[in-house]
Amino acid sequence: MARQEKKKDVVIVGLGWTGSIAGIELAQEGLDIVALERGHDQSTVPNFEYPQQIDELKYGVRLKMMQKPSQQTVTVRRNDGERALPYRSLGSFLPGNGVGGAGTHWNGLNWRPQEVELKLRSHVRDNWGEQIIPEGMNLRDYPVSYDDLEPFFTQFEKVAGISGYAGNLNGEIREGGNPFEGWRSEDFPMPPLPTTYDSAKFQEAAKAMGYHPFPASAGIASTSYVNPYGMQMGPCNFCGFCERYGCYQYSKSSPQTAILGALKSMPNFEYRTNSEVLRVELAEDGKTATGVTYWDEAAQEEVFQPADIVILSSYQLNNVHLMLLSGLGEAYNPLTGTGTLGKNYAYQMNGGVSMFFKDAEFNPFVGHGANGMVIDDFSISQNDFGAEGFIGGSYWRSGTFNGQPIRNMPLPKGTPSWGAGWKEGIGEWYGHAMSIGSHGSHMAYANNHLDLDPTYTDRHGRPLMRMTFNWQDNDLKMNQFMKSKMEPLAASMNPDIMQAGFKDIGAQYDVRPYQTTHNTGGHIMAENAQEGAVNRYSQTFKAHNVFAMGAGNFVQNTQYNPTGLVGGLAYHTVHAIRTQYLSNPRPLV
Amino acid sequence: MTDLPGYPSRRSFLKASAAGAALSGLALPASAQQQPQPVSLDEYQREYLNADEWAFIMAATARLIPSEGDGPGALEARVPVFIDRQLASDYGTADDWYMEGPHDPNAEPARGWQTPLNPAEVYRQAIPAFDAWCQETHGAAFAELSPEQQDASLTSLQNGDVALAGELREFWGLLLSNTKEGYFADPQYGGNHGMQSWVYIGFPGARAAYREWPERHNVKYPLGPVSISGERA
Repeated sequence: MARQEKKKDVVIVGLGWTGSIAGIELAQEGLDIVALERGHDQSTVPNFEYPQQIDELKYGVRLKMMQKPSQQTVTVRRNDGERALPYRSLGSFLPGNGVGGAGTHWNGLNWRPQEVELKLRSHVRDNWGEQIIPEGMNLRDYPVSYDDLEPFFTQFEKVAGISGYAGNLNGEIREGGNPFEGWRSEDFPMPPLPTTYDSAKFQEAAKAMGYHPFPASAGIASTSYVNPYGMQMGPCNFCGFCERYGCYQYSKSSPQTAILGALKSMPNFEYRTNSEVLRVELAEDGKTATGVTYWDEAAQEEVFQPADIVILSSYQLNNVHLMLLSGLGEAYNPLTGTGTLGKNYAYQMNGGVSMFFKDAEFNPFVGHGANGMVIDDFSISQNDFGAEGFIGGSYWRSGTFNGQPIRNMPLPKGTPSWGAGWKEGIGEWYGHAMSIGSHGSHMAYANNHLDLDPTYTDRHGRPLMRMTFNWQDNDLKMNQFMKSKMEPLAASMNPDIMQAGFKDIGAQYDVRPYQTTHNTGGHIMAENAQEGAVNRYSQTFKAHNVFAMGAGNFVQNTQYNPTGLVGGLAYHTVHAIRTQYLSNPRPLV
Repeated sequence: MTDLPGYPSRRSFLKASAAGAALSGLALPASAQQQPQPVSLDEYQREYLNADEWAFIMAATARLIPSEGDGPGALEARVPVFIDRQLASDYGTADDWYMEGPHDPNAEPARGWQTPLNPAEVYRQAIPAFDAWCQETHGAAFAELSPEQQDASLTSLQNGDVALAGELREFWGLLLSNTKEGYFADPQYGGNHGMQSWVYIGFPGARAAYREWPERHNVKYPLGPVSISGERA
């Protein structure tokens, strides 16, 4: 018999970016709110303090800020014919753990999608016709447009404290910004950060080839800043410890720096850590939820937390898992196309070129996670899909982000991986390499989906979620296109040595090397319950008082890092709850 | 060097370090040279490895990162101490990993860690198996071979030419990555003694404050490393 807690107006599952946004915005309505967080509590002080945080082995390699697979993981197979095996130790993607979630350990790359990315099927149909869509690709429009979301992108960027320079201010294209971005109603909250040597070299070479370089949009403070919740940030000192770390000096945008201090001071909000939600409980008629059941780690017992509204704001994979376990929709069947949960799981298609300059000093440890200059000249809005034979695009960026030597030791191909040759190589090349990265879109396919594993269970006896995922030709072709365009640019910079790393046709998904923690889809937005798990307000079609936020909403992945769209959608959702739902709880249209 | 606003103690620290001065205003200043020297590797009290395993790790890491040439070797960096301590820690026992069965240790490598063994167990079982292969192939256990034979044996291991059970497939990857970790990690974990590897490549360690450096293009950062404990080199 589960212990029962006092009923709340709202229960929030997972206290990362979207849970914090829901918490503070709904607390402003005077609602009584509890957030349940699977992991531990953590704050800038004392958890991220200098110098203990500057520890590559502990955080960068042993991944002590991340979700422990012993507590929660998935199984993975490349296609429906393969037996899924557990993702036993972290590699390809790194879901966060604890208060702040992945918003604590990210790099701070904050992007808005391009207008056409949210209406991609229409864009393809109108320009080339639907016959260019490959078989098996579930290409869709989002049920929201860029114009719908623009005020909420702006709101999120003000809260998160984003640095950059608007390239499209209310339709006016401005020199030095991104001419291919969606319109902005206001300039960035903070100006761009200074440009490191590698970025400057890239910028010069890109300009010479007629491209349009601009400073990356960074969730990294360039100045002192106070956000709309009164939270303060201080300017980044380029310490070079962003991704996989908490920021020790209030410079990286995170739930801790942007929201949680203000939220925790509100008397109608409380949060409980080490509280892992096991399932959402549905009412007998199955049309609403009554609350959630969670595991109280300290008490070692199950607890029922009743609530009028349930916000699912855990990591994308964990949201989908909870929804599958709770019957918040039907599992997607790729053969029949029926069911919606687990549908359109997508990822990211990345590549890059490394360049070695014997006589250049890049000081790779001087940097931050969102450092650098970018071009969008090969982005989704710029590519001729019909001519090139793929649907997608990427942004390119060059900028130092860490010089941590266990993981960041680029060496020319042919350098031995051990022995005297390796030791000589690290002495010769550390600090003399730079790179350009291509960060590309990933479409959704029938092959790539999520469901429950038939064999493996977690410590609570629940089935693990099973990921069926492999690279697909469309995205690999996009990647090869980027290689063909990037190599001439890199060569124009006259490096002593250069080498490209782009997956090619036939590449198989490998769970070992880190690729990106941009797992998307699985509870996608749609116009109706046959096509998606949630509506345009992230409200589940199954139960109108359950809202599922985050990158699980993405109908296919964009070419950018997901946080900006996640934040915009979260503010769009809480705005609808505040203005439409609270006064009259019902399915929103 | 210009001022670091708000960081007076750090600035004086940097200046002191740059000038080679022994002390600064920080709470725990101590140069690497002033640290009490740890016991020699021969006298080190092992936490996990047995005598044979220790002899193997000493010999193998000495070939993976040899002492000859510029920069420290694995032995000067005390990498064997690091590996011993890591295997005795929650890393060795894979506490954070999902280790439930069923296991398929012969699954293709791209499927990730699939052996039922944790890293400490992989070392324990793989070292005698590899030594047996060395005995059969070269006539002696690995630690007893000549450096040339040792390099040839490691090359065979790397290339998959040493027949190890599927459960032990990760051995080469573990050995090489743990060796490099011990070479480059903060000295608090027992390796990277005196931050010699950081000095060698020019990584400033835990300094982690470079406010005025982004726009100093193509200028080599001049200061040596600090460790998390405040050690300098």
